[in-house]
Amino acid sequence: MEKTEEKLNGSTHTISLLVENKPGVLHRIAGLFSRRGYNIASLTVGPTEHPEYSRMTIVVRLSSKPVEQVVRQVQKLIPVVEVRELRPEDLIERELMLVKIRTPEKNHAELRALADTYEAQIVDVSPDALVVEATGPAGKLDALEERLQHYGIQELVRSGRIALERGFKTLAPPNLKE
Amino acid sequence: MAKEKMTGAQALVRCLEAEGVDYIFGIPGGAILPVYDALFDSKKLKHVLVRHEQVGAHAAEGYAHATGKVGVCFGTSGPGATNLVTGIADAYMDSVPMVAITGNVSSALIGTDAFQEADITGITMPITKHNWLVTDVRDLPRIVKEAFYVARTGRPGPVLVDIPKDVQNAELEFEYPEMVHIPGYLPPLKGPPRFEDAATLVRNASRPVVYLGGGVRTSNAHAEVAAFCELLGAPVVTTVHGKGAFPETHPLCLGMFGMHGGRYANYTVQHSDLIIALGARFDDRVTGKLSTFAPEAKVVHLDIDPAEISKLVTATVPLVGDLKTMLPGLTDAVRRAFEGHGRPDLGPWKKRVMEWREKHPLRYRQEGQKHILPQTVVELLWKKTQGKAIVTTGVGEHQMFAAQYWKTSFPRQFITSGGLGTMGFCLPAAMGAQLGKPNDLVIGIDGDGSFQMTLQDLATVVELKLPIKIFILNNLFLGMVRQWQELFYDNRFSETPLADCPDFVKLADAYGCLGLRARTLEELDGVVDRALAHKDGPVIVDVRVRRQEKVFPMVPAGAPLNDMIDGE
Repeated sequence: MEKTEEKLNGSTHTISLLVENKPGVLHRIAGLFSRRGYNIASLTVGPTEHPEYSRMTIVVRLSSKPVEQVVRQVQKLIPVVEVRELRPEDLIERELMLVKIRTPEKNHAELRALADTYEAQIVDVSPDALVVEATGPAGKLDALEERLQHYGIQELVRSGRIALERGFKTLAPPNLKE
Repeated sequence: MAKEKMTGAQALVRCLEAEGVDYIFGIPGGAILPVYDALFDSKKLKHVLVRHEQVGAHAAEGYAHATGKVGVCFGTSGPGATNLVTGIADAYMDSVPMVAITGNVSSALIGTDAFQEADITGITMPITKHNWLVTDVRDLPRIVKEAFYVARTGRPGPVLVDIPKDVQNAELEFEYPEMVHIPGYLPPLKGPPRFEDAATLVRNASRPVVYLGGGVRTSNAHAEVAAFCELLGAPVVTTVHGKGAFPETHPLCLGMFGMHGGRYANYTVQHSDLIIALGARFDDRVTGKLSTFAPEAKVVHLDIDPAEISKLVTATVPLVGDLKTMLPGLTDAVRRAFEGHGRPDLGPWKKRVMEWREKHPLRYRQEGQKHILPQTVVELLWKKTQGKAIVTTGVGEHQMFAAQYWKTSFPRQFITSGGLGTMGFCLPAAMGAQLGKPNDLVIGIDGDGSFQMTLQDLATVVELKLPIKIFILNNLFLGMVRQWQELFYDNRFSETPLADCPDFVKLADAYGCLGLRARTLEELDGVVDRALAHKDGPVIVDVRVRRQEKVFPMVPAGAPLNDMIDGE
């Protein structure tokens, strides 16, 4: 898991990219990261307010290379319209997590209380299992995950981070900026 | 402009004509037949039928390198496309502008493992600036326009346009766009260039050195570089692609540095207190062991590619932009600094450099040697031509002998495979250079191993009657590998002897061109004269050189730059 590796080696950085919404763009970006030896901790991609562009949030783990080098290499890819490192202090980041827990019905109430504490929801219930949905910054999800481990995690999926900068600053191509 | 109805293939031909393309290097095949059919009607485009697509790509490089224009090559789908890959990768490493156009199987067959199908856009993603798969014929003119624009602007490089056969056959209303709009390409730079900061470093340096790379050529900044170097009066070193960026016969020029650079050039860099890097990228072949590279030097790094800044060596003052437009700004700032605060006294530094140069010149000993030495051949060729020739090389020992002893005075006159180190480059590059520069003397300096990688295209240069002169420095070895085996693998010559070499003179005869051979110094002079005088088509000269001769000095891979071996 990322949180442990984060402690083990290097530093992680959140990079936000605005890319042309065209076939093969993900391949180009993932290929660049792999051939230059930049480790992707998580990568998300999805539509934006403009149908011709997609936004990617990549969390990259670097042991020796400066993050500026990554940003400059990514910027050279032609479908990448803009790219920037989002600094932790300017960053709103969220992640989505679904966790399936196999546990007897008698524990369900206790789990509901735990979920409430983390503003998480129980989204599926069956006699001996339930599914918890949680959103938030990665650290919060890490904490919830740790608590849930006690009850026996059967399956877990995390979406990877999405992020935006605080305030007015935007990552948009010049022709789309106000 | 009125729109005209035509097929995608015809539109492609019109696009290439509009881009001012004259030569195309390629081979037809099933999936690119419609394009070749349309080409049959073009009066402007001249197609060169090569015998292997790799040669087509290298010839396009040679053409582009010699002329500064974009080189163009064609290949069919599948193996035609994959055969281009080495040439495309070579162009990518050496920033050579190239447009490669491939046919592909019809759209409906893509992804079905069809006959002669290869995912060439997927394959070439890491070795092109960009590539396009044309899925709609109406996009074709725009894509070709963008392809040429991307290939030649910024840091130049290869691009690839893959056109399925049905798209070549589909009809469109043709109109060639005048403008290019690529939102993510060449983003504007942030902030004004830091000329004054750079000039302050120059003013305060007592041991500066100017380091010139291939960017001088791609930017056509020869004159601007000369003005800067003359103003500074500092020693100048170059990479192999920087050869000709500043005249190597100039007293300030120390020639090539790096793994096979002169000792004096490497010492100069290692002892410098300021490196002014212009259009260069601190490749491992020039820096040696990075952690020990020029330990006391600050660095001014001017390059058009922001990703090259501080990639390997941290720039004290980075300057990002085109050399030709930026360098005059730096020159002016330095001049103002000199006028305001006086020139630094470079006398003691230049004296030291001169001492190194006198004490450790590039040298070889032909006297008393019964075999021809490869260095002798290069120097003889230079003397007989006064260096007025375009030289192309293969890759290996002969390439380094050429780089060391062929003094280049102008850019675009030393054409070699630097970054990728592709054997077989010499003959195709000579073909492309001679077509691009029909009035120039084109000399190939090749090795026996390197020559044998692309020799089938003797057929092409004979057919074109190109008066190129290929001198094979034949030591019956894969010489550079043999050199490493002798120095670092205890003389265990695993798979490097090429003793069963074909008879290159008979081979030339079989292809219908002049073949000559020199085995002794006495023969060499006359053979070189005869080869240079031969104007009726190509000539292949088999020069038998001393088999054990090695390239010195040499920085072993991973060693510090001043830790050179001489073999004496």
